[in-house]
Order: sequence, then C-alpha cells, then structure tokens
Amino acid sequence: MYKAVNSKRPVNLDLTTIHFPLPALTSIAHRITGVILFVGLIFAFWALGKSLSSPAGFDAVSDVLANNFLAKFIAWGLLSALAFHFVAGIKHLLMDVDIGVTLEGGVQKAQITVVVSAVLIILAGVWVW
Amino acid sequence: MVTNITSFGRSGLSDWLMQRVSAVILAVYTVFIVAFLLFNPDLDYYAWSGLFNQTWMRIFSLLAFVALAAHAWIGLWTVTTDYLKSTRLRVGVQAVIILGIFVYLVWGIQILWGA
Repeated sequence: MYKAVNSKRPVNLDLTTIHFPLPALTSIAHRITGVILFVGLIFAFWALGKSLSSPAGFDAVSDVLANNFLAKFIAWGLLSALAFHFVAGIKHLLMDVDIGVTLEGGVQKAQITVVVSAVLIILAGVWVW
Repeated sequence: MVTNITSFGRSGLSDWLMQRVSAVILAVYTVFIVAFLLFNPDLDYYAWSGLFNQTWMRIFSLLAFVALAAHAWIGLWTVTTDYLKSTRLRVGVQAVIILGIFVYLVWGIQILWGA
C-alpha cells in the first residue's frame, strides 16, 4: 500500500483528546443555522402571507403564535438560528475589514459571538413567550 | 483554469462580494422588521397590511427577497460543494435548492403584490 506520510510519525486517535477550537465550532454552527433558516423560511413566508391575506388570516397567525406551543417553539428556534447567523455574519464582516485577524482575535471573536447570540436567544425566548 | 459552472457569479471574488452585499441588505431588513414588531406590540391587521401596502416597503421587501435568493444560493452552494463529494448527489441536491429558492422568490412576490 502506498503511504503518503512517514508511518513512524506519532498518531493520536484518542478522540477524547481531540476537539475543535471554538472558532471552528462557531463556523460550523454558522453553516448549520444557515441551512436551518433556509428550510425554516417556509414558516416565515407562510406567516407573512397568511397575516397579510385578511383580518381573519392575521388573527389566525397571532392566535397560533400566542397559544400553540409548537408554533412558539418553531418561532423561537428560527429566531435563535437567525440571531446566531446574524452575529456570526457580523464577525465575518469584521474579519473582512481586518479586525481581529489573529489567533487570539479569532478565539476572542468566537467567544463574543457565543455570548452575544446566547443573550439574543434568551431575549427571543422572552419575546415569544 | 478550472471554472465552476454552478457558483453564483462564476467567480469566487464575485460570490464573496455578493454574499456580503446581500448579507447587509438582509441584516437591515431583519432589524427593521424586528424593530417594527417590537415597537408595535398591539399590532393589528390594518397597521400591518398598511405597512406592506406602501410602495417603499414593497420595494424594500422585494430587495430583501432577491438578496435572500442570492445569499441562500451562495451559502448552500458552499455547503454542498464542501460536503457532497458525489457529483450526481451534489447536483441533484443543488437542483432541489434552486427550485426551493425559485419557489420562495415567486411566493414572496405573490405575497407582496398578490390579492
């Protein structure tokens, strides 16, 4: 078998000692929330169309958002995904203008992203419930 | 030079810029909608539809929906090209995504100018 690397190099396959750095986790979460938002847009477009269709349609949307647990949960989930995607996007724009493009800066910005979006997710929950 | 025929602008730099421009439009639209809902806790149908009957709001919304179409395609193109290595599967999934984006766009236009 062809070996591209020197087989005598140390190998670490103990998965409990391997972990992604925080910026990698926020990066993958940015992608996951993007996919969630794309699918979840079905609910957003439904709510917008229904609420604008007639006074009865508007009442139907506000009623389901006020009384249906599943609807509230979906709304909170989508707002949470949106909050994280938004904050992580701002982080990208900061990197585009060369702010904090260092190893320390990257970890710091990832930490700020997690904290700020966690606060927004809690606030979104308060808003929905 | 290898050119990619499925990317949004056929150029990485163009896609990069479009992703940023569309992101800023979507961010402004999101903040506007959330602020409008927060500042109008007792919103009723007439105030809500009154907002969307304004020409500027329809144009703003259409701009956001077009930005959404571009943003979704660039983002999902990146994700699918990174993780779906089988060309058949990737192009199939991308076709479904494009159809979905088209449906959202037509749906959005219908909401804005429909009955």
